[in-house]
Amino acid sequence: MPQMVPLLAQANSAETFLTKLIDGLALGSIYAILALGLVIIFKSTQVLSFAHGAVAALGAYLAAYFVTVINWPGRYFESLPVTLSFIISGFVAVAFAALVGMLIERIFIRPMIGQPLFSIAMITIGIDIVVRTFVGDLLGQGGNLSVGSPWGILSISKFGEIVVPHVFIAAIVTVVVVVGVLILFFRTRMGVAMRATAFDQEAAMAQGISAGRIFALAWALGAVLAAIGGIFASISPRGFGVTGGTAFFALRAFPAIIIGGLDSIAGAVVGGFTIGIAEIMLGHYLAGASGTLGLGFTGLIPYLLMMGFLLIRPYGLFGTEEIRRV
Amino acid sequence: MTAHGHVGHRTLADWRHRSGGDYEHLLEFRDVSLSFKGVKALTDVGFHVDDGELFAVIGPNGAGKTSTFNCLNGVYRPQEGDIFWKGESILGQRPDTIAGYGIARTFQNIELFAHMTVLENLLTGRHVRTEVGPIAGALWFGRAKEEELANRALVEDIIDLLEIKQWRKYPVALLPYGIQKRVELGRALAMEPELLLLDEPVAGMNLEETEDMARFILDIREELGIAMILVEHDMGLVMDIADRVMVLDFGAKIAVGTPAVVQQDPEVIKAYLGEEHESI
Ligand SMILES: Nc1ncnc2c1ncn2[C@@H]1O[C@H](COP(=O)(O)OP(=O)(O)O)[C@@H](O)[C@H]1O
Ligand SMILES: [Mg+2]
Repeated sequence: MPQMVPLLAQANSAETFLTKLIDGLALGSIYAILALGLVIIFKSTQVLSFAHGAVAALGAYLAAYFVTVINWPGRYFESLPVTLSFIISGFVAVAFAALVGMLIERIFIRPMIGQPLFSIAMITIGIDIVVRTFVGDLLGQGGNLSVGSPWGILSISKFGEIVVPHVFIAAIVTVVVVVGVLILFFRTRMGVAMRATAFDQEAAMAQGISAGRIFALAWALGAVLAAIGGIFASISPRGFGVTGGTAFFALRAFPAIIIGGLDSIAGAVVGGFTIGIAEIMLGHYLAGASGTLGLGFTGLIPYLLMMGFLLIRPYGLFGTEEIRRV
Repeated sequence: MTAHGHVGHRTLADWRHRSGGDYEHLLEFRDVSLSFKGVKALTDVGFHVDDGELFAVIGPNGAGKTSTFNCLNGVYRPQEGDIFWKGESILGQRPDTIAGYGIARTFQNIELFAHMTVLENLLTGRHVRTEVGPIAGALWFGRAKEEELANRALVEDIIDLLEIKQWRKYPVALLPYGIQKRVELGRALAMEPELLLLDEPVAGMNLEETEDMARFILDIREELGIAMILVEHDMGLVMDIADRVMVLDFGAKIAVGTPAVVQQDPEVIKAYLGEEHESI
């Protein structure tokens, strides 16, 4: 008789639960930031960018390249701490990503305005393949570029009395970014223009708002968030370096926004945290079943969750009801 | 610092008589023709509008009134003819560029940003009139802050003028139709236009709402001196308030002149009587 595999790992204390919850929130914050980028592009341009994961990987690669390969900016300042060097590189990589986002929009997306959304989605798939191949070539044989441990080898940092676990750094950045995006959208002239353009392009243009500039801004912002997410996905404590898997990791922004709603900022955040927590929690409590489910099953959890949501609530938790999917 | 002391702090009171300059007409259409796959929407239409003038365009449904606006603000590109703004051709320019010159419009079927508040809808009009860049704007630095305050002051003035104060924080989707039409007028005004295009501003309104709207149009004219093109399906309102009227029928200009003259025009009478017969 075959042995029964216990579906639930036994004896999980409340403490384990809490640890896993925190871990899930930390992972979820990375998904949230990636998802937010995707939502901003979709909200402003009605385009679902399948190149989002590739852009995330490119951003992560650039940050790692600056720090590891060319030792920039460390080579100019001998005593520059690794952490600082990494942060500076990260900012530059993110700025590059913004440029890449703008170029994608200007070269490939803008000429397609007025074409069926399906065709534009196909174009983004093409861009995804090109950018991913490019990053793959850069990574070369080993297929991995690591930055070591930019936050130091411990799992926490202390600033006087304040202790910051490194898993929280991504979450802190996410909070800052989300607040920033909310301020941009709801408190600035640009944000008003972006929301207006997203709602009714013709009326926005009649108000003198340049739809082209809004699109460029949205793609730049989307790419910035992709790059930030990609960077956090590829460094400790979450990742071990930039690999081919970085792009696939970042693509889980899709299940996140489908759960949250394609056009909702709140939805991106909630969706991101939902799949992060689900992935960690289910991964832990179903670990005993990994013999049956396969070792990589945790990576499927966001997609399974997404399919469940598609059946129950096809426009997502916070999405606008009439939004149709490509 | 007083709210009105700074150069950037424009209010409605400073607005009047900003136009005027070295050109023959504020706006001129010269032999404009537009067709859609064989359907002629406009045929050799020519007219002009001068500073501060209230110019009306009337004609039966499908006569080409809305198409005239769409050519003017760059949504459609006519196959023939030319359009001049202050003596210079604006043909082939993008709608947002043309709006930037000071040409604002309302739409026949309200096209407000429905999920945004009245205030935010009006603030979209300030986009082109704000000089500080987006980054400084976002960071709320010195000039940006002053400009933002000036923008809000002007928008509040418009809200007062149009008597929509009580709705200012409401998402426009929740407002009654007549109020939405007024908000759309306010949104166009917030661009500080030199020419205002109104596409059937009283369509679907009851008598009281129509009278309110007529009063606002006259107020805007009196207090701000903005030139307007008023498109209407009915003759009624137009004949009371317009300086000059152009009548379109099947995409062609059949008459232009003062209301009194146009009303007597045999072609016009035929077009308007004919409409009933042909719609059978
Ligand atoms: N985008 C379009 N595509 C095809 N035909 C159009 C389009 N816009 C307007 N038309 C046609 O042009 C003619 C004039 O329309 P329009 O300018 O909307 O008339 P009006 O505003 O006077 O009622 C009509 O025959 C209409 O069907
Ligand atoms: Mg019309």
